Amino acid sequence: MASIAGPEIERLIQLLARLPGLGPRSARRAALQLIKKREQLLGPLADAMRVAHERVLVCTACGNIDTSDPCTLCNDTRRDETLLVVVEDVADLWALERAGVVNARYHVLGGTLSALDGVGPSDLNLDRLLARVAEGRIREVILALNATVDGQTTSHYVTDLLAPYGIKVSRLAHGVPVGGELDYLDEGTLAAAIRQRTLF
Amino acid sequence: MEWRDAGIVLGLRRHGENAVVLEMMTRAHGRHLGVVRNGRSRTMQPVLQPGNHVDALWRARLEEHLGEWKIEPVDLRAATYMHSSVALYGLNHLAQLTRLLPERDPHPAIFESLAVIGENLTEAPLAAPLLIRYELAILAELGFGLDLSECAATGGQEELVYVSPKTGRAVSRVAGEPWRDRLFRLPAFLAGSLVSVPDWAEIEAGFALTAYFLERHVYGPRGLPPPEARGAFIAALRRDLSPSA
Repeated sequence: MASIAGPEIERLIQLLARLPGLGPRSARRAALQLIKKREQLLGPLADAMRVAHERVLVCTACGNIDTSDPCTLCNDTRRDETLLVVVEDVADLWALERAGVVNARYHVLGGTLSALDGVGPSDLNLDRLLARVAEGRIREVILALNATVDGQTTSHYVTDLLAPYGIKVSRLAHGVPVGGELDYLDEGTLAAAIRQRTLF
Repeated sequence: MEWRDAGIVLGLRRHGENAVVLEMMTRAHGRHLGVVRNGRSRTMQPVLQPGNHVDALWRARLEEHLGEWKIEPVDLRAATYMHSSVALYGLNHLAQLTRLLPERDPHPAIFESLAVIGENLTEAPLAAPLLIRYELAILAELGFGLDLSECAATGGQEELVYVSPKTGRAVSRVAGEPWRDRLFRLPAFLAGSLVSVPDWAEIEAGFALTAYFLERHVYGPRGLPPPEARGAFIAALRRDLSPSA
């Protein structure tokens, strides 16, 4: 198909189309909107992206992304340093922080074990996790990994790795989500909910 | 092209934002892949977990195309495996073993074995011998089956206690005695014994036997390292079953 705009605009559209949630058509609309609001949107966005590109780092302690290393969460002295929450990805860390349910430190594994995708233990941020636990301040590790076969295989693997350190290892409960109706739940979730039922 | 079959989920890989490429072992069409549109939706994610039994409709314009699955849940077992390390490591090992089979090649006996093991995967004493039998079945399907029915030297069927690493055939106690140090031990449960739940020594002997022949005929020639899931599964079994653990 013949190009309908100059190469600079086409490149902008192509790059936007790579973002999650955007296809070629919606990228075209986004590009058009950015160009129309050049001063209010395109300029500030370009500046923000340049600054992010220059300053964003991966925290060498926990694997989080931030503009400082160690990251803001690792530097926060109000957090309980005896409690460590292990997550698969930074998106999971952000989800837990949004919920504000745990005042702990984090550790980002960077994935889960997956034979199909060829992800083995050496591909995960496990050495750093063991080093943090070996420092001796952590009393409990919460494995906040996805309730998938890969996520739970990784949970068991990490539990095995942590066994020699004699610390408490817990994982998130599986079961009925808030607002969930039993009639619409799959059998597996119901089975997990029954098995992990708690006393009133 | 369109067909419907029973399937057991082996694994899935992200495909774009919302779709997944789903790998399944089907009863009549062997190990088969296809795309599931919307496979990352909240309703489909619990269904598309390894170990689940599903009813699958495969469609494609041409047979050689990747094709598209329409999936209906039948038996969602994956959730029952989540609390057991033996079951999860075993499931990974089963999927890796099944991936040794060529795609789209029917292996109905392997499908049935997979279904039986899936039912017993959380029971370590039952899962261990079933996995060893599955490894032998995979070797047989790939053309490297062991003959454990009679003695390679005498043709007898009594007291089969060894396996020759050279021929992969059983050897009786009397015939194998002079070379016992060079032979593999044949666990009684593989030699037709009626013992239903073998002890840990028997299990270890079974895994040593299959490890040798898998390495010699499958992993070695393909340049593959021994699968990590197998080691993790055996370690988890040892914790559950070994008296010394």
